[in-house]
Amino acid sequence: LLLILIASISRATNPPLTFTGTEIEEQVFIADTHCMNVSAGPTQKMNLFQSVTSALDNTLAGDPTAVIFGEDVAFGGVFRCTVGLRDKYGKDRVFNTPLCEQGIVGFGIGAAAAGATAIAEIQFADYIYPAFDQIVNEAAKYRYRSGNMFDCGKLTIRAPWGCVGHGSIYHSQCPEAFFTHCPGIKIVVPRGPVQAKGLLLSCIADQNPCIFFEPKILYRAAVEQVPTEAYQIPLSQAEVLQEGSDLTLVAWGTQVHVLKEVAAMAQEKLGVSCELIDLRTILPWDTETVCKSVVKTGRLLISHEAPVTGGFAAEISSTVQEECFLNLEAPISRVCGYDTPFPHIFEPFYIPDKWKCFEAVKRMINY
Amino acid sequence: MAAARGLTKLYRIGLHAIRQNTTLKATTFLQQRAFRLNGALRQQPFDSSAEKPQFPGASAEFIDHLEFIQPNVISGIPVYRVMDRQGQIINPSEDPKLPKEMVLNFYQKMTLLNTMDRILYESQRQGRISFYMTNYGEEGTHIGSAAALEPTDLVFGQYREAGVLMYRGFPLDLFMAQCYANADDLGKGRQMPVHYGSKDLNFVTISSPLATQIPQAAGAAYAVKRENLNRVVICYFGEGAASEGDAHAGFNFSATLECPLIFFCRNNGYAISTPTNEQYRGDGIAARGPGYGLMSIRVDGNDVFAVYNATKEARRRAVAENQPFLIEAMTYRIGHHSTSDDSSAYRSVDEVNYWDKQDHPISRLRHYMTRAWRKQSRKLVMEAFEKAEKRLKPNPELLFTDVYNEMIPPIAKQRDAMWRHVQQYKEHYPLDLYEK
Repeated sequence: LLLILIASISRATNPPLTFTGTEIEEQVFIADTHCMNVSAGPTQKMNLFQSVTSALDNTLAGDPTAVIFGEDVAFGGVFRCTVGLRDKYGKDRVFNTPLCEQGIVGFGIGAAAAGATAIAEIQFADYIYPAFDQIVNEAAKYRYRSGNMFDCGKLTIRAPWGCVGHGSIYHSQCPEAFFTHCPGIKIVVPRGPVQAKGLLLSCIADQNPCIFFEPKILYRAAVEQVPTEAYQIPLSQAEVLQEGSDLTLVAWGTQVHVLKEVAAMAQEKLGVSCELIDLRTILPWDTETVCKSVVKTGRLLISHEAPVTGGFAAEISSTVQEECFLNLEAPISRVCGYDTPFPHIFEPFYIPDKWKCFEAVKRMINY
Repeated sequence: MAAARGLTKLYRIGLHAIRQNTTLKATTFLQQRAFRLNGALRQQPFDSSAEKPQFPGASAEFIDHLEFIQPNVISGIPVYRVMDRQGQIINPSEDPKLPKEMVLNFYQKMTLLNTMDRILYESQRQGRISFYMTNYGEEGTHIGSAAALEPTDLVFGQYREAGVLMYRGFPLDLFMAQCYANADDLGKGRQMPVHYGSKDLNFVTISSPLATQIPQAAGAAYAVKRENLNRVVICYFGEGAASEGDAHAGFNFSATLECPLIFFCRNNGYAISTPTNEQYRGDGIAARGPGYGLMSIRVDGNDVFAVYNATKEARRRAVAENQPFLIEAMTYRIGHHSTSDDSSAYRSVDEVNYWDKQDHPISRLRHYMTRAWRKQSRKLVMEAFEKAEKRLKPNPELLFTDVYNEMIPPIAKQRDAMWRHVQQYKEHYPLDLYEK
């Protein structure tokens, strides 16, 4: 009954898209089989939103100052990430705010500066921009500008992120690039439930304000065995998911799964051995792991849904060509969204799907 | 006629809220407010036979004729004061009857602030510091409100509240150190002058963007409320900053989330060159309070006792009732906006002179003034000033620290690159002015 209820609520917020003609290839989530041993304790089957709930549950249980707030979090949230927490921990700890992102983040900064572990939810990453001033001008600079007398390190901002099949312009955005240009904050994007819980707990524990983007298309689709107790996955450490010798693939969030398939296709059809890296923390990013890989393979492909111009692939590309110039066998390739707003009906043409990435691999191999 | 009725009703409600006898009525008010809240949470059972609106969004009555509510711009919310312009107490029951030493301290702090402002403004003119903002005319708002708080109350300011910090005991040396960005600056030389901060004195470091502190103050007050100690948060801002979206956010959040918070608006007539009639069309900032569900009052900001009384009572009730209060302190910005401004470009010298000569917070306490104190305060300030001038700037290493709680490799790399570069081109960099 609960599953039906969840499914029907989900359909209410995510109405199914009707197709005419070509079907959208279904995005496939590939669970971590290679999962580095993150925690020894008991595990439970959880999807991505449940793994987030679990992280928040652990946090509220262990930290009496912790509070969770944002639009509609009290009843459980539009993506079910906070279900049950208000009943369990009280209405002074899990509460709705008025509809005002600049207020949510400003409030969170103040609460964190006054010593509370403040976990703010922005309903969609697409709506984070009213809070841009509070994040960039305030949160990121709080410690620096006060000579370390004050800080808002106890602030974590969570937001659903990325394409979802029908989200269109204002429910599909990946805005990480706007924030990577801002020293003082950390930006993290998980690829699945196990990663999400560990990375979110690290963000909450981290003494710097963090933005945690949750790939919304994986909320229900990604299911793994997730440890029920608290555990942390280190920030600023990229993860090599698959070792290879011919070409390095870098992505974060949903796109990691796309590149997993691309790596399999490259092996099968081209005999090309790809090394796959999940960046995980976008700021500050793990240059060492990526550069070490490119020194070995000589080729780099970076892929993200966000538009290519000014997207974070540009930063990675620039650093890698500085550090690994003489190791490069081919120009660094970026397979990203086009420089347009995220379209509705044209989503299948817009996204950097496995075929576009595969073509880029072929070009690089044949360069 | 009906319009007038509606008007007077609103006015009466406003007055009633202001004039409530605090001790007994505070409890009844709390009970009434709790009842109203519960009513909002547990919606009354829907009964369409009753001739009363059933809407969840408002608990009003029906009205059968069309009338617009008139914004009360002509005779708005009255201005509470204790002293007249000659410093005479008007209503003896409102005299806070503060001990003589405390009143003397008010006067000394206001004149010390005034003296420091004169000297540091001049020092900018002489090229010694890069920038300065004076507090002329607003000393009463700082000292009166600061005196009504506890030292542990957290202060969020905008940039024209140096008197609050001074009242709490921030030494002249540290004011100077921040303005000179020397190695004694608690902020490690990272911000323009007047962006003070002090963890020990619970004064959150100032930032340039306007009104950003307002929702932050609401969040801090919420955290303070959960701690359950006798603490309040106060948030200062000007009437111009109150136009920012962050102000709306902060007011609304503080009311809905029931935060023990005092919003203190310094309405000084100008936002740089923009006069109030170009900043808003309603009845100032105090009139916005009821729209958010905030207890609100307008006071004479040049009357240090009125400011004190209002802040003291607001503090008491904010802590006791966990609700925010809005105080709009009317005053006048006698000085320019900053050293980058020449206000003669947009206002008359006569206007400024009126406030300087005839309605000044320090003048109102003039009968406590002695000539000896003014001379002595100048001496104190000059000593601190000379010391600050000579002091070296902080080590340029501090350019790179505190971005994160600990140093990260990419920033360390940039730091090393800077030093290598500066070593190579050292004659082009003023290394002698900085600590090694």
